[in-house]
Amino acid sequence: MALNYSEKVMDHFANPRNVGEIENPDGVGEAGNPKCGDIMKIYLKVNDETQIIEDVKFKTFGCASAIASSSMATELIKGKSIQEAWDLTNSAVAEALDGLPPIKMHCSVLAEEAIHEALNDYRAKHGMEIIPVEHHEE
Amino acid sequence: MLNKQVYLDYTATTPVSPEVLEAMLPYFSEIYGNPSSVYSFSQKSRDAIEKARSQVAKALNADANEIYFTSSGTEADNWALKGVLERMRKAGKGDHLITTKIEHHAILHTANYLEKINNFKVTYLPVDEYGRVRLEDLKNAVTDKTVLVSIMFANNEVGTIEPVKEIGAFCRENKILFHTDAVQAAAHLDIDVKDLNIDLLSMSAHKMYGPKGIGALYIKSPLKFENFMHGGAQERGRRASTENIAGIVGFGAAMEILKSRLSEDRPRIAKLRDKLIKGILNKIPHAKLNGALGDERLPNNVNFSFIGVEGETLLLDLDMKGICASTGSACSSESLDPSHVLLALGLSHEMAHGSLRFTLGRYSTEDDIDYLLSVLPDIVARRRAMSPLWEDYLKQGADPGPISK
Repeated sequence: MALNYSEKVMDHFANPRNVGEIENPDGVGEAGNPKCGDIMKIYLKVNDETQIIEDVKFKTFGCASAIASSSMATELIKGKSIQEAWDLTNSAVAEALDGLPPIKMHCSVLAEEAIHEALNDYRAKHGMEIIPVEHHEE
Repeated sequence: MLNKQVYLDYTATTPVSPEVLEAMLPYFSEIYGNPSSVYSFSQKSRDAIEKARSQVAKALNADANEIYFTSSGTEADNWALKGVLERMRKAGKGDHLITTKIEHHAILHTANYLEKINNFKVTYLPVDEYGRVRLEDLKNAVTDKTVLVSIMFANNEVGTIEPVKEIGAFCRENKILFHTDAVQAAAHLDIDVKDLNIDLLSMSAHKMYGPKGIGALYIKSPLKFENFMHGGAQERGRRASTENIAGIVGFGAAMEILKSRLSEDRPRIAKLRDKLIKGILNKIPHAKLNGALGDERLPNNVNFSFIGVEGETLLLDLDMKGICASTGSACSSESLDPSHVLLALGLSHEMAHGSLRFTLGRYSTEDDIDYLLSVLPDIVARRRAMSPLWEDYLKQGADPGPISK
């Protein structure tokens, strides 16, 4: 397989889950920049009472591993509480994809960051405390 | 599993043609004598090498004793730069190299090395939006310490052909040596080293239907330069290492065949190139052609940037359809920076990341182009639909029509 991507990466790249936007989202987050070649945007629909993520969509500009990371990350947080979603780490995303090539690990970091940004956007809109997000310069 | 394969990456490498392979075969197990041995059996090996040397020389209008076989185009580039600069500095003539920002890494990284490790002075000339060096910039960069100018004949990524004749004339007039990396150009263009005032020229066999592992450096006689490979007295004492006889024979045969077919192949391939360029411009909105146009471009090169999408995703989508192509995106390399060539042409990072290169060759057909044009528009559209950059681009009120030049 090209660039030693796992079958899972290729599957999520070829058939990404949860692609698109959500109209009137409860939270939107973006990570990355065009200079480094990856941008991820995550849209959340959150049930205000249960704080469960009922729907999640993404749009990503980037390589196969960036698209696969977004797809997998959205799968992993769908149906989870906002706290559980916050705790999703980039290595959990990479692991769920059966690993990423070392040079592509930053793609999973972007997924974690974009989710954090989206959750903070939701928190801000609902008068909750913003949790500082660590930005990874590339 | 998809059986179809359409190879559109001839700039990366070419297949060994059947005629070349046939010419090479006797030199593995039948005529294997070491050319340095004295017995008459080895004379056949020596003869084969000298025949190939003449074939390569003839194609360049050079003399056979001006051709030195190397292990690759990269070695030829290393040798040209290091061999000339070290010699010139030793002779007290100067220590300044002028090259460009769009050279292949075989030149750029060698120049970096000479600059950082060996304290040579290097100027990297900029290029215009099509990737052409301006003679004015070259003139302005020359100092009394300038001893070598190294400018590629044609660029491997965008296919732009450099004004080699003007550069050669200028260098000769000013008594500066001129090296050109013709690894790509030699596969597609007629090159006359005398007419073009070229002092050193690098080539590689595997870009012209010859085998990998063999290249050549043309060095105008009687130029003095340092050796690069030290050891035995092969190549008239200039390049040590037992000769790769089969490779050398293959290179000679490939070069002769290439030359004999050039007048027929060049227009045929250029026609396919133009069909592909036109097809992409007609079928895919907001596609930008990178590089020069018409005769100022290698006849086999097509390079486009697709706004809003990243090159590696397109490559993998094409791969799933059996199409081999290339990209200038960082995501297909070991660094996070996109192609230094596309950035030197003035492309933004996102446009450089969104580039695709298709390079055609002897075995490319109309069917290949039709097939590519039948799958590429959908691939680009699908990936754009999931791109936040494309969304932003449309929100900015992008022109509905193609923005290509």
